Amino acid sequence: MSNALNAPPRRTTPRGFHIEPIFEMLCFAAATALLAALGGVLVSLVIGGWPALSKFGFGFITGVTWDPNPDHEVYGAAGPIIGTLITSAVALAMALPIAGGVAFFLVELCPPILRRPIGTAVELLAGIPSIVYGMWGLFVFAPLFAKNIEMPLMAAAPVGSVWETLFSGIPNGSGILAASIILAIMILPFMAATLRELLNTVPAQVRESAYGLGATTAEVVMSVTLPYVRRGAIGAVMLGLGRALGETMAVTFIIGNSHGFPKGLFDSGSTIASTIANEFNEASGLQSAALIALGLVLFVITFIVLALARLLLRNPAKV
Amino acid sequence: MLKTLAVAITATSLVASGAIAGNISGAGATFPAPVYAKWAETYKAKADATLNYQAIGSGGGKKQIIANTVDFGASDKPMKPDELAANGLQQFPTVIGGVVPVMNLPGVKAGEIRLTAKVLADIYLGLIKTWDDPVLASWNKGVKLPHTPITVVHRSDGSGTSFLFTSYLSMGDEKWANGPGGNDAVNWPVGLGGKGNDGVAAFVKQTPGSIGYVEYAYAKQNNMTYAIMQNKAGKWVAPTAANFAAAAAGAKWTEAPGFYLLLLDQPGANAWPITGATFILMHSKQTNAQNGHDVLAFFDWAYKNGDAQAAELDYVTLPPAIKTLVRKSWKTIVGPDGKPVF
Repeated sequence: MSNALNAPPRRTTPRGFHIEPIFEMLCFAAATALLAALGGVLVSLVIGGWPALSKFGFGFITGVTWDPNPDHEVYGAAGPIIGTLITSAVALAMALPIAGGVAFFLVELCPPILRRPIGTAVELLAGIPSIVYGMWGLFVFAPLFAKNIEMPLMAAAPVGSVWETLFSGIPNGSGILAASIILAIMILPFMAATLRELLNTVPAQVRESAYGLGATTAEVVMSVTLPYVRRGAIGAVMLGLGRALGETMAVTFIIGNSHGFPKGLFDSGSTIASTIANEFNEASGLQSAALIALGLVLFVITFIVLALARLLLRNPAKV
Repeated sequence: MLKTLAVAITATSLVASGAIAGNISGAGATFPAPVYAKWAETYKAKADATLNYQAIGSGGGKKQIIANTVDFGASDKPMKPDELAANGLQQFPTVIGGVVPVMNLPGVKAGEIRLTAKVLADIYLGLIKTWDDPVLASWNKGVKLPHTPITVVHRSDGSGTSFLFTSYLSMGDEKWANGPGGNDAVNWPVGLGGKGNDGVAAFVKQTPGSIGYVEYAYAKQNNMTYAIMQNKAGKWVAPTAANFAAAAAGAKWTEAPGFYLLLLDQPGANAWPITGATFILMHSKQTNAQNGHDVLAFFDWAYKNGDAQAAELDYVTLPPAIKTLVRKSWKTIVGPDGKPVF
């Protein structure tokens, strides 16, 4: 024992020396496996969807007729594509301010005693399976939404105005807007939790100095913490948007599932994910090819969204 | 030591698998899944045989049996004789179900509204837009029909229920036949889609002035307001178990090769017009005679003893004459030696 203590600390090789190459290889394998899986998904989507893509060409994206009857199969996915984009955008527009509010409140204003319960509640909300949101949306939310929001709004819309078009549809609680609201509730906890973590990374000195200069809470948030976490915040938003784009079950329950172009916010529509969920089970031949091609379109849309996020991050001049 | 242990384990597992007289697997339609499960439960207690049925949908059932990954497939949509022959399959019906138009019209009770195939097709085509439409009113004198817009509700997922419903509309209405046509998913001209029977039922319940269609068991268990329909004989009939059975009894099964028969718009006086059977698909040539035997033994038992349980779950069972016919058809299911398996 004493010998060991007295001996000079001599190590011919660093302790991790032997493990190092293995560790590097494992990390490399993990990263490339991910890349290979991604490539594999892309390739198989293209192969699987090719019959539909080659038959309808560009019309697959621009066409508005989705007719799975084998006697006259026509697949045009403009309705589901637009439905996906609208619901995701509206959901994001609704969820972002609330998520921001939750995060700022938790970090800046919340009395410590409330911080834990609210934080836990937000995390729990993120853990609810999407089918539960769907069922809740259909059986609980939809009737209330129809009675308290849709019907009054439809009645209040002046005849012939843009509001009348926007609020047209069947007031039964389903449709584009209802689906967007459910989506907003679903992506809210993700974004709130990520934003909160981000705000926590702002060094206390930075914030305290701003307060010390006499800034109000709002001023600190707007001109100190928000710019500090801007990059990460965009990432959080994109994460939420990604989930909204791909969300399936909850939307399927409440969107009304008609393939045409939605005419108003209360009109029924469909999204790419809901169309696949609805029809893939019983699809065969060209129909399943069309559904796989639809998956490819969603893949591309998600890719574009991520690319845009990257672009925003690369250009720090724009805030 | 390890080796003896391994031998012991193998021996026990062999004994265990040998103890199960028949372990049969099937996959397919969701509609008959509850009754198959119920039958399997009782059968297991009696015959010590397990049935593993996966309700993956009719399309999936067809794919699985063609790929030969299951002992039998199940489908709500019968396969055409040439399709059966091409895949070396044969099929037989098990239970019958009916599709029921349901609605939400405040002040109107179940069975008050009368519909014909043409009227129903016009509603689903969006040509009849309000409940007090003159055509609808002419069939429903004495019923106070409101001036409410009709909200059409249909299934959003591909399903046997939609197949029966749209095929019936195709038979009764040329505009429908030349338009959306009959299929398990079609290009619906109007309306909104609910996922599954419960999705359709929820939208109908939540939307005054709506009309939808669900399986009979669903309409009955939820006390939904149903319509009565005019059948081929010109009679007005209500959706009841007896009337579905009447449709099956009146059908000409003997003239249907491979039991390819849609029970739609059948001639009997009491026949409910939107009726359909659900089918079992099996390979005509079984690679394992014992497996084939076990499957048929199960359905033979179900034909003999399963009627009461099926009725409890609001399924309609086959008339005895048809069961006899099906049993005869089983003689053409043979094992590798060419002998009938059952």
